[in-house]
Amino acid sequence: MHRIGVFVCWCGSNIAATVDVKKVAETLGKEPGVAFAMDYQYMCSEGGQGAIRSAIKDHALTGIVVAACSPRMHEPTFRKAAAAAGLNPFMVEVANIREQCSWIHRNKQDATEKAIILGRTAIAKVMLNTPLTAGESRVVKRALVIGGGIAGIQTALDVADAGFKVDIVERKPTIGGKMAQLDKTFPTLDCAACILTPKMVEAAQHENITIHTYSEVESVSGFVGDFKVKIRKKARCVDEVACTGCGDCMAKCPAKKAKSEFDQGLRNRSAIYIPFAQAIPNVPVIDRENCIKFQTGKCGVCEKICPSKAVHYDQEDTILEESYGAIVVATGFDTVSPEPYGEFRYEEYPDVITSLEFERLCNAAGPTGGHLVRPSDHKEPKRIVFVQCVGSRGSGECEKTYCSKICCMYTAKHAMLVREKYPDSEVYVFYIDVRTPGKAFDEFQRRAIEQYNVHYIKGMVGQVEKKGDMLLIQASDLLHDKQLHIEADMVVLATAVEPEKGARNLATMLTASMDTNDFFTEAHPKLRPVESPTAGVYLSGLCQGPKDIPETVAQAGAAASKVIGLLVKDKLITNPCIASPAEPMCNGCGLCENVCPYGAITYEVKEVHREGKRLSTRVAQVNEAVCQGCGACTVTCPSGVMDLWGFSTRQILAEVDAICR
Amino acid sequence: MGMREKIIDRAKALLADGTVVGVWGWKRGEMPGDRVPAFFETAEELDNDFVYDCFCAANVSRYLNGRKAADGRVLALLKPCDTYSLNQMLGENRLEREAVYVLGIPTGDMLDPEKVRRAGICGLKDAKQRGAEFVFDTADGEKVLPRDAVALEKCIACKSNTHRIQDELLVDIKDQGESPVRFKQVEELEAMAPAERFAFWQKELSRCIRCNACRNICPVCSCVKCVFDNPANPVSGKANSETFEEKMFHIIRAFHVAGRCTDCGECSRACPQGIPLHLLNRKFIKDINRAYGPFAAGTDDFGMTPLTEFTETDPEPSEVVASGGGQ
Amino acid sequence: MPMTENDATTATKPLIVAFCCNWCSYAGADLAGTSRLDYPADVKIIRVPCSCRVNPLFVLRAFQRGADGVIIAGCHPGDCHYTTGNYYARRRMSMLFGMLDYLGIERDRTRVEWISAAEGAKFAATMRDFCSHVAQLGPKNNLGELR
Repeated sequence: MHRIGVFVCWCGSNIAATVDVKKVAETLGKEPGVAFAMDYQYMCSEGGQGAIRSAIKDHALTGIVVAACSPRMHEPTFRKAAAAAGLNPFMVEVANIREQCSWIHRNKQDATEKAIILGRTAIAKVMLNTPLTAGESRVVKRALVIGGGIAGIQTALDVADAGFKVDIVERKPTIGGKMAQLDKTFPTLDCAACILTPKMVEAAQHENITIHTYSEVESVSGFVGDFKVKIRKKARCVDEVACTGCGDCMAKCPAKKAKSEFDQGLRNRSAIYIPFAQAIPNVPVIDRENCIKFQTGKCGVCEKICPSKAVHYDQEDTILEESYGAIVVATGFDTVSPEPYGEFRYEEYPDVITSLEFERLCNAAGPTGGHLVRPSDHKEPKRIVFVQCVGSRGSGECEKTYCSKICCMYTAKHAMLVREKYPDSEVYVFYIDVRTPGKAFDEFQRRAIEQYNVHYIKGMVGQVEKKGDMLLIQASDLLHDKQLHIEADMVVLATAVEPEKGARNLATMLTASMDTNDFFTEAHPKLRPVESPTAGVYLSGLCQGPKDIPETVAQAGAAASKVIGLLVKDKLITNPCIASPAEPMCNGCGLCENVCPYGAITYEVKEVHREGKRLSTRVAQVNEAVCQGCGACTVTCPSGVMDLWGFSTRQILAEVDAICR
Repeated sequence: MGMREKIIDRAKALLADGTVVGVWGWKRGEMPGDRVPAFFETAEELDNDFVYDCFCAANVSRYLNGRKAADGRVLALLKPCDTYSLNQMLGENRLEREAVYVLGIPTGDMLDPEKVRRAGICGLKDAKQRGAEFVFDTADGEKVLPRDAVALEKCIACKSNTHRIQDELLVDIKDQGESPVRFKQVEELEAMAPAERFAFWQKELSRCIRCNACRNICPVCSCVKCVFDNPANPVSGKANSETFEEKMFHIIRAFHVAGRCTDCGECSRACPQGIPLHLLNRKFIKDINRAYGPFAAGTDDFGMTPLTEFTETDPEPSEVVASGGGQ
Repeated sequence: MPMTENDATTATKPLIVAFCCNWCSYAGADLAGTSRLDYPADVKIIRVPCSCRVNPLFVLRAFQRGADGVIIAGCHPGDCHYTTGNYYARRRMSMLFGMLDYLGIERDRTRVEWISAAEGAKFAATMRDFCSHVAQLGPKNNLGELR
């Protein structure tokens, strides 16, 4: 037997002026199932809540309807009041007779009539409500950071400093990422290595941080608070514990023709190598494709000369299994290859280089020792042309539609560096637009023009050709509407950034969503920018969209604070208004799984009782900790087996019926 | 050797070597031109009862629903159109792939017994297709009728003549592609004024007796418990409790199979009242093709359907509705 | 389009059921209220978590029980609280409303609108517009009679 209580609020005159609240209470009081009805000036006040509490006790109410303001305003208030009186808080429905009635209707008769219908609808619904209890799930106090660039390092440090264990998984043999390759950083021109390497060391030495380099995430299962992750530690062929990092193996390695990835191929390295001097860990790895031992079976020099016997050719990949409460994606970016943009002849002319190559050529630890020279003949350049937006903001097939955001600033930086190194040089920058929002950014770029006399030309380069040992650049100057022919020593292409290639595969494992450019999407683009829509998965750095170092570090810190906020909890309280299948009748068809945005639905072969029979069959399972209660699955399910607590098919149909009565 | 004999030979061999434990095919029903799906377990049963001719329109995929490999593998004789249904069922985990051995068999146009009867054919002994005609051997001698006058609607509107899943093909078949008139009836309805469409459907749907034949024969309408039968659900109800019930049933049924319907035409063929139910399904197919790009359910066994997918640039509902013809 | 004779007398009182998603359109409706923007009292709102919770059954049931128009309002595409719910709703309702049109039900009786939490004015204007279109069709809901 239902014993519903109805409480009609006046909201002072907000409701009472347009709705005849007495009549509403009186009419609803006569509805079948209603045991008690009253009206009161302010239901949300202590007096109003007290009246609710007493009525629940005095009249042994099984459910209540509060006809008042929007449930978005005071539903939690009335639920608490009900709970205080011993009624399950989910046995409360709110009829919105203020925002959706008294405030929009002028005619008292119409408004009163509508308020009665809305009240009746809420009564119809509450009679089908089910007492619900929020569930709990555990939180593993350990975080996984995928990617060991500045974003991953910063997030890991912040989480570790808060007292939680963090594992960093990095695909490359060292942490450091792209920032380690940079020379100076804008707009302050401090050296990247000087600010990054101390952080790398700090991460390596932090008692709460474990770093797995040369490793990849193999699979992810589980959910917020309790992810199970398999990590593949690729075989380095060097024992990380035994190795002292003396470097003898690299010095003696006879295979020295491999291109250094770290130096963008501008220098060769040995087959057993560390990517750069400050690499962490300072443990070499054998590049099997270039190793004579692996290719021909002969050699074995490094094994023989290693004083600590750390080289093991037979080492195999190992799989680690670990549980994590939270996962941070910090997979970073790559720059696109300029190869599809044939007009620049990047493949053909060694003196046409990318900005990242330019960084290495300027870097004191780079292939030229910081002496900026042309790659072709090592002559000092006198005239350099920079081209912005190579592959960015385009509409072609190989072009990115978005702005890569950092190129305007680093090109200005490069231009200044050239002018500083060679005061007699001439520097041209071709741009579509110069975009420099950011603290001290515009001032920086203006300095390039005003103090360093860099020639900024609005227009695009149409063609690069060879003329003697020089490059002939044909370009248009859009502001002066003329064609330019510039003879230059070098052309530097500011190539677009794009997400790391493996990110999509990772997104699939994490059931995290991506946009069409393969950047991870946020849970909300404005209000939840560092969370992915998948609970417990957070975003740090370029994997979410183009950004510079300060923004990356800020986002890394923000992601860390979200992780800390999760890991400090001992239990997660789960929203009870979630989907739930009537298992015995489930078809196991898989349609609901397809539409779940959270990957909350899986299938299990289970024993069920179906119409008097016991049988083993494939049925849908909803993970209570992961489901957010959108209801997409309920409509996809053709047999109506999947339903949503709090918004069940029966409840909504009852509301429809009450309105249309 | 005729096609029937070829099929029987192959089926017997598969039974004999233990590949399969039984065969889903067809046998004669009570009325002339009546062919019903049947399960054969022995060579004798096949010799005595198995039939394959131009009345064997029934899609036996439906009968494989729930089949598990542990129950023994069965041979399914599938015409090209039937394989779409089996694929869709596999994609939705309605049976185990290892539970069925698919022998792809060729088909010509199938006859509509109702059309044949209305064309005045009595004492039917045999019928054969000859190009664009059918030749009937009757008690009154030979009669010839044009194919369009007697063929089943689903054959006239053929979607494809290619097997989409098979363990073995009996003979190689050349696909003639989709019939140019596949969506003609839908287009004609769309071209009508709303009031005419309303009158058309009022006339058709008012004949529904809610026998559920359309639902029970549908290869994808294979829920463990139909939403309309489940007392736990507030829409369960018997026919005729009020005028709206059949209407709701048919719209919802078509909607539930939208994006999953393989256009096998069995609903219309099974309807004892002759309601052209395929026109509901085919409207969805046409709208899906037009709004989200060409799609044929059951082309593969992946189980993805257009209504469980989306793109960010999908057309708005108003645009989709507006593309649907006259208003 | 099918019309009935007695439009003039009852045309002003259609019954409209509006399904509004909790996060955007229901909040938009609240904002219309807070901003005191009026629209006809004929509109009755049912709160659902997401537009993707709207089952075609709900829409048909409303028509069955006498509604003259059904409108579904959700977050703008790309802004769904659940990321993708409204995209599914968009496809489903495109199909359902296309089918109702095919069955001869006037297009003006069904609508899908994307209304954000900030669009109180759009909410009110949409409801006024929808009500007037439905009112012009007259009170006779022939969907219930299609038999």
